[in-house]
Amino acid sequence: MATGPGLESLVDQMISVITNDGRNIVGVLKGFDQATNIILDESHERVYSTKEGVQQLVLGLYIIRGDNISVVGELDEELDSALDLSNVRAHPLKPVIH
Amino acid sequence: MKIKLTSASYSVRSIKFSFCSNLLAKPRKPSLFLGRGIEIILFFSYFKDLVGREVTVELKNDLAIRGTLHSVDQYLNIKLENTRVVDQDKYPHMLSVRNCFIRGSVVRYVQLPPDGVDIELLHDATRREARGG
Repeated sequence: MATGPGLESLVDQMISVITNDGRNIVGVLKGFDQATNIILDESHERVYSTKEGVQQLVLGLYIIRGDNISVVGELDEELDSALDLSNVRAHPLKPVIH
Repeated sequence: MKIKLTSASYSVRSIKFSFCSNLLAKPRKPSLFLGRGIEIILFFSYFKDLVGREVTVELKNDLAIRGTLHSVDQYLNIKLENTRVVDQDKYPHMLSVRNCFIRGSVVRYVQLPPDGVDIELLHDATRREARGG
């Protein structure tokens, strides 16, 4: 009954994590646990702004605590390479309010 | 049709109901302890019956994601397939994501197809649950 989140299918895949403070972090999922804590390799943060294109900040190997995670999305690499991030203008995501 | 998941729905202590046929077919499940001493199974069973339907999940950060319900777990974490964000121009953050896992704690609403809801059944089950606590 107490199975963890069904993230097994996403291990070793490129994923996009949205955190509770509205950050978007992209990386390769290396591991997870029952509390949805996540290990992300080769990660970078995508910072969206209305004034300039998307900034990518390299982070490396990260552990993200499950409390702080909203969404774990499977990144489709074909779709992602078709995107021109330098032309994307958007407000940063809002933080989660409980 | 929206079902809002607030702490008000979590006001029961024990579950005695015969809501879903799949529940009757299996041996009694161990309690789903959620750290507050409350057992919640009603919505878990309800969402399991909705797997395969198209739903829109609105999150607490105002992001709304539409997709096919793939699975749900005891924490009401939701996995969606074929996802697209409702307002893609405002939220291009998930343009290249087609399948996603949404943490239950961050869901504000789950918008359901109107024919996915048997109001009478839900009404009875929740009333019984509230009384049985």
